[in-house]
Amino acid sequence: MMQSADVSWHDIFNFADYSELLPLVRNSIIAGALLGLVGGVVSVLVITRDLPFAVHGISEISFAGASGALLFGGSVVAGSFVGSVSAALVLGVLGSRARDRNSITGVVVPFSLGLGILFLALYHGRAANKFGLLTGQIVAIDNGSLRSLVATSVTVLAVLAAVWRPLMFASVDPDLAVARGVPVRLLGPLFMLLLACTVAVSIQVVGALLVLALLCTPAAAALKVTASPLWVPVLSVVFALCAMVGGILVALGTSIPISPYVTTISFLIYLACRGYAALRKPAGRGESSEVALAG
Amino acid sequence: MTAAVRLTAATLSYDDRTLWSGLDLDVEPGQFVAVLGPNGSGKTSLLRVLLGLTPLSSGRAEVDGRTVRRGNHRVGYIPQQKGFDTDVPLRGRDLVQLGLDGHRWGPPLRHRRRDRSTVDRLLGDVGASSFASVPLGQLSGGEQQRLRIAQALATDPAVLLCDEPLLSLDLHHQRVIVDLLDRRRREHETAVVFVTHEINPILAVTDSVLYIIDGKFRLGSPSEVMTSEVLSELYRAPVEVIRRHNRLIVVGADDDQHAHHPDASAGHGHINPAGTR
Repeated sequence: MMQSADVSWHDIFNFADYSELLPLVRNSIIAGALLGLVGGVVSVLVITRDLPFAVHGISEISFAGASGALLFGGSVVAGSFVGSVSAALVLGVLGSRARDRNSITGVVVPFSLGLGILFLALYHGRAANKFGLLTGQIVAIDNGSLRSLVATSVTVLAVLAAVWRPLMFASVDPDLAVARGVPVRLLGPLFMLLLACTVAVSIQVVGALLVLALLCTPAAAALKVTASPLWVPVLSVVFALCAMVGGILVALGTSIPISPYVTTISFLIYLACRGYAALRKPAGRGESSEVALAG
Repeated sequence: MTAAVRLTAATLSYDDRTLWSGLDLDVEPGQFVAVLGPNGSGKTSLLRVLLGLTPLSSGRAEVDGRTVRRGNHRVGYIPQQKGFDTDVPLRGRDLVQLGLDGHRWGPPLRHRRRDRSTVDRLLGDVGASSFASVPLGQLSGGEQQRLRIAQALATDPAVLLCDEPLLSLDLHHQRVIVDLLDRRRREHETAVVFVTHEINPILAVTDSVLYIIDGKFRLGSPSEVMTSEVLSELYRAPVEVIRRHNRLIVVGADDDQHAHHPDASAGHGHINPAGTR
């Protein structure tokens, strides 16, 4: 390694006071673990229902709501909830078909992102608040926001546990789910609402621009490794937890915001899973099934 | 004996258009009924009525002696083969499992062992055990349709409603699927209502044909319905039905050209072979 590189790395990584820093970010680590849990579960349905772009849209609109709240002196948490829930309602009602949903998202996202940037430009408070909404932060999680995060996470997980099977049925096989009496038209908007709540609380920690690392990548990675309806959510949660908690712990010793670490760990996990799938493929599915078919 | 399916003076109209009216249909247990007709004649709508998804404009519709309703476990449904995305967290056996318990709320805590052995049996019945653990997105169309049959049979239905289940399958897999359906109805008295554009793959197993065109219909055995006279009358145009080696070739029927055999009709002008087996 060259000398100059060592110096610059030392500026970024400094774990000297790590043990003293840890208690200060207790709330953040709890928040990260909760988000990893909820995000890992929700991301399975995001991928299955083909919603990554909608997640991106919801998070930008949520960002506009949060920055509006910052400017007008409201609660940032409430602002991001208003933004993401109204986004989810619009997408849930107008965009039940994928094509509609994508074009509506594509139209609304730049507008709300512009609106959010306008609000931030007009806002003259602490600059860290501005940046945090887009790229995430770890220290600003007080007991109040932690409580709202816990309440939201528990609610989202409880509802998902109750509707998981019919929702999965409706997501992968809507024609048959309708015929079997599953309220498919109700479950779509319901999931959008749960997704909106997850996005709103995620933004507080990982930031609007990087929500996809939490709500898309973990399940996408898990699906490269398995297709089991049990193991996909389990692995997805493990991946999301690694990215979130790992990202926070590494970010703690550095001067850089949390999000690059979360997204990088998330991305590396995804690459590893892809690599694993590629290596396994030649041996993967036996030729026996085709032979059996002929009989 | 209770009819598996009974329509009495059934009429279905959308706005000002009547798809069919005064339809009386009795399907006995174990009977195999083919529903034919051009696109938009209301074949799929008939299935939707029996699934309880579309209400009749007038008349009665019953399945297994009871008025149709959505989510009836006595009705099995095999939808058109569409294929699944590769990013689906399901394996072959999980598709069948959804047919069994996909509509149930809450975590799957009860009946786990019993459900598992039911799914194993269903997979074995359709010869799908060997690819039960393969991700759904990696399965071929023929394999997916086998699973569809197992899925539709999960609740032990009195009638199987099939919406063009052979579409996009090669001849070998068409035969496999038809044989499975035929065996099921013989062994379990399950009635089959089979919507199709193409009668030849199922000609040998079909008990009766319901041919619907422009609000008119004809019901009877294949040899009664699939004749030049009847089809000419239904189409209001000269149509000739030629029988060769247990296959039917429908010639004429401008409206029907695309309907009967979309691939073959393109290069054949007016002549439209209804089968290529």
